[in-house]
Amino acid sequence: MPRFGMVIDTRKCVGCMDCVVACQTENDVPAGYCRDWITTEVRGEFPALKMEIRSERCNHCDNPPCVSCCPTGASHVADPGRVVLVTANKCIGCKACIAACPYDARFVHPKGYVDKCTFCHHRTKDGLDPACVAVCPTHCMAFGDLDDPASTVSTLLRTRAHHALLPEAGTKPRIFYLT
Amino acid sequence: MLETTITRSNPLVDPSLAVWSWEIPVYLFAGGIVAGMMILGGLAMLRIAKGDDPRTFFSLHTPLFAFMLINVGMGALFLDLAHKLYVWRVYLTFQPDSPMSWGSWVLLVVYGALMASALVRLPQAWPWLGRRVPVLQTLSDAITGSPGRMRLLGWANILLGAGLGIYTGILLNTMVARPLWNTGLLGPLFLVSGLSAGAAAMHVASVFLPRRPAPEGMLGGAISALVQQLGPEPPERRTVDTLIRADIAFLAIELVLLGLVVVNLQTSSASHAVAAALIVSGPYAWAFWGVIVALGILAPLALQWLELDHRIPHTVLPALLVLVGGFALRWVMVNAGQASHIVHAAGL
Ligand code: SF4
Ligand code: SF4
Repeated sequence: MPRFGMVIDTRKCVGCMDCVVACQTENDVPAGYCRDWITTEVRGEFPALKMEIRSERCNHCDNPPCVSCCPTGASHVADPGRVVLVTANKCIGCKACIAACPYDARFVHPKGYVDKCTFCHHRTKDGLDPACVAVCPTHCMAFGDLDDPASTVSTLLRTRAHHALLPEAGTKPRIFYLT
Repeated sequence: MLETTITRSNPLVDPSLAVWSWEIPVYLFAGGIVAGMMILGGLAMLRIAKGDDPRTFFSLHTPLFAFMLINVGMGALFLDLAHKLYVWRVYLTFQPDSPMSWGSWVLLVVYGALMASALVRLPQAWPWLGRRVPVLQTLSDAITGSPGRMRLLGWANILLGAGLGIYTGILLNTMVARPLWNTGLLGPLFLVSGLSAGAAAMHVASVFLPRRPAPEGMLGGAISALVQQLGPEPPERRTVDTLIRADIAFLAIELVLLGLVVVNLQTSSASHAVAAALIVSGPYAWAFWGVIVALGILAPLALQWLELDHRIPHTVLPALLVLVGGFALRWVMVNAGQASHIVHAAGL
């Protein structure tokens, strides 16, 4: 079974937010909410400044605290891809998973259940890329099987310097940022 | 320097997490008091099993009061749920990794034990029911009349009360994303705070609730069974003094545990130290020092000490302060905990 992950080139990303809008359209995300977002980080002291622009979303962690804390099993790991999903009609809206996620990737859908990025499960199970990846005008995102050494994501991780977000949380995130 | 801009603005999540409002502190507070009452009530049951008068204050009255409170707590918990119609899903599964799943099942067992304990008292508090449903009277007599059964019920109350008290802390404790909650001392702290709040609540009840013989009728009896747990006898002086003595010990332990929580966080990672600063010197400092420590622990400690020494008259004030402090503890921990997050090393 594949283990889906994403590799995002921060040297190419310009923060245009196409991925955000593509996700909202593709997944019918309610107005005022987002499943993915843009983070811009500026570090250092002027003039020695360094900027990183990142397209962020649920990291579909290998060790997801949102899944282990869920009292109903609504938050679960699904195949293909070992992605982290929420079954709406099992979710009681206790919000434990929202508090447990170090990336604040989840939110309460206006209908009451908890919602978040699915890596576009409806597309990826048919072999398509997630909407955000497909729409990116700079082609800064790659999606694929992290366990397949020949996949684009694995090749990029082998050949380029990269980092993940808050690795110290122990969640083993599966989105990597090329630097 | 690190400057971060995020385009996300999801309600209840941004700018800082606020998914849990007043309902969860109320639930944790009610749960804490119930836990404390179960332990105190259980101890009283053990005394009765040894031959104490079963009609003494807070022996059989505690479960009835605790039973009412657990309903308040569970009501608050239900109000917090965002997808209420699906609440039954919790009881179709058991998720061993989820503290909340454990808590849901523990609540069910606690509910049953409290109901059984309350039923023992009910025919006496509500004579009409006792006459109409004689089996209740028989059941009540069968339990109060047998030291063995009384002991069993007592131990069930003590163990379940301890479990419930610790659980309310563990629930928060396991979330790595919120550093303020990442201390194993939270469980014991909430347990001891629950014990002091439980003793205080019984103290307040003993002063405020009417002490008339229970009305005989159906309706009057039902209402009095709900509000007049204390029955015809006022609490004995000895019992009140015992409650006060116990409360002094609980408050002292709570103060030590609170200090250890702060030291524990401040000497951990940067994220934990920043989280501790939220309550020690940050936006929650006034509530932490002013309400939890000064009003909720130090003031009642001093007042109760003077009361026992007969230097000031007994009042209900210390007990009320303990209750205020107990609620403030949950309120601060839930809110400041949500505001705490893992700190980026470069941002320090
Ligand atoms: S990023 Fe958050 S929501 Fe997504 S899998 Fe990890 S912990 Fe769960
Ligand atoms: S809010 Fe829903 S998905 Fe999240 S932990 Fe509770 S039941 Fe599970």
